Amino acid sequence: MAMKFSENADRMDVRYVAGLARIALSDEEAAQLQGQLDDILAFVGELKALDVEGVEATDVAGEAQNAMREDEPRAGLSRETVLANAPLARHGQIAVPKVIE
Amino acid sequence: MSADLCELGFLEAADALAKGETTSAELTAALLARSEQLEPALNALTWRDAEAVKAAATAADEARAAGDERPLLGVPIAIKDLLNVQGQPCTAGSNILKGYTAPYDATVIARLRAAGCVFVSRTNTDEFAMGGSTETSAYGTTRNPWDPERVPGGSSGGSAAAVAARLAPAALASDTGGSIRQPAAFCGVTGFKPTYGRVSRYGCTAFASSLDQVGPMARTVEDAAAVYQVIAGLDPHDSTTSPRPVGDCLADVRAAEDLKGVRLGLPKEYFAEGLDPEVERLTRAAVEQCRGLGAEIVDVDLPNSKYGIACYYILAPAEASANLARYDGVRYGFRAAAEELQEMYEKTRAQGFGAEVKRRVILGTYVLSSGFHDAYYLRAQKVRTLIRRDFDRAFEQCDAIVGPVTPTAAFKVGEKSADPLQMYLGDIFTVNVNLAGICGLSVPCGFTAGGLPAGLHVVGPAFEDARILTIAAAYQHATEWHRKQPKI
Repeated sequence: MAMKFSENADRMDVRYVAGLARIALSDEEAAQLQGQLDDILAFVGELKALDVEGVEATDVAGEAQNAMREDEPRAGLSRETVLANAPLARHGQIAVPKVIE
Repeated sequence: MSADLCELGFLEAADALAKGETTSAELTAALLARSEQLEPALNALTWRDAEAVKAAATAADEARAAGDERPLLGVPIAIKDLLNVQGQPCTAGSNILKGYTAPYDATVIARLRAAGCVFVSRTNTDEFAMGGSTETSAYGTTRNPWDPERVPGGSSGGSAAAVAARLAPAALASDTGGSIRQPAAFCGVTGFKPTYGRVSRYGCTAFASSLDQVGPMARTVEDAAAVYQVIAGLDPHDSTTSPRPVGDCLADVRAAEDLKGVRLGLPKEYFAEGLDPEVERLTRAAVEQCRGLGAEIVDVDLPNSKYGIACYYILAPAEASANLARYDGVRYGFRAAAEELQEMYEKTRAQGFGAEVKRRVILGTYVLSSGFHDAYYLRAQKVRTLIRRDFDRAFEQCDAIVGPVTPTAAFKVGEKSADPLQMYLGDIFTVNVNLAGICGLSVPCGFTAGGLPAGLHVVGPAFEDARILTIAAAYQHATEWHRKQPKI
């Protein structure tokens, strides 16, 4: 069941959504973004004026289809190459802050 | 001599190298010397390495001396700082990719490398290609060579400014909603966005995967076509690339003289409110010149084109929010100091991303979130179908569509950066081409009274890339706009 646009449900909770996107926001940023995103959502909300009943969705505009290949092992990047770009590496691994207490 | 060398176009450079009139070392040194001189005013480049370029150019010269006859051997090209070139930084205009060195070549780079091209510099871009002015770049705004108080357009503003200012004979760029064509129009160069699926995206930093396409910018249609011929075609690393043969259009492009038998569609929707009168006048004059060259001009309707921006600003941020999830500070690029993992993600992204990227990632996350997905994302995908059908119908009546690329000429630095929505509205004529997955280009078509360039938009059906290049070449061969140079 497709959800319908309602007239006033277009205001987003910027802090909540930024949390989903793993972006910390300062109070000042959150306030500014709230206004800008409200404007943008009001603008893109104009699509509700269109009748799209029965129209199929386009995800990729092209002739792309499943591209199959033989499932054979191939060389990837070497460990040294990958670790050279890592912000922090230890014992031949990428290091991150402790996850488990 | 060195100033003259910078004047050489892409194919002219190939010719001069083949005839032994110059060397790649000499040519690239001249371009880098000019870059050194102009960069303080332009900021078109994010990276250049004279030693590395000299080594590559010298190797090309030595190969030529040893009998290597590849036609593009030693020819310089600038690369948008969004495409991976092995061993070079690739910042995408973002602080979050600080410290990253590309461990592999993008497919388009590998093909240019195999052809013998030398990568002379990396060009500035809006952060992750999100913008129309280069003002969102973490490396500062690029200035328009025609007026340094104005933006060069974006996101490929660095590539456009570099080509216009003769820092490189050609550049690679990318176009998700107009990012090749709009800066080409603003800087008076030729910019070509190929059909979706025509050029591999492998190694091109992803913004919105169903819309992104790599393409060339150059000072002539021939040069753009020559670069396109090298980079286009099926790539096993990108399943959206088409197996259709690319063919060779360069001879047709070079020979294009008139437009006899060509039907050009003029959409009345593109000449509506909001189009600057000067840009309208220049566009209409260009269309009349096409008529004079033998083209038949027919009216076409694109009734859903007005919904393109709304559709695009749902779909592109949605795809961006997924693509940019990879920048979490774990494997490469910038990492913020933090005690635990969640905090590391949130601080890395807070400090690493600029305001426009945050805005789009949050917007994209919202339109994909449970409860809003159908109302925004799915609905926009359906509108995308309506926009495609508009073009399908229009192309039943014409061979290509012509119109303006941008509603105004280049605007002033800072003029729109405080109001994101105003910036987005500038994409009105370009986004629909990406949404429909078809091809489009911008070719210089005159100057405003204030001396700013404008572009004629030529849009063709999917996989008719050669057709629009040939049409644009016929127009360009009859005009002198592309020969004008900014005084910098």
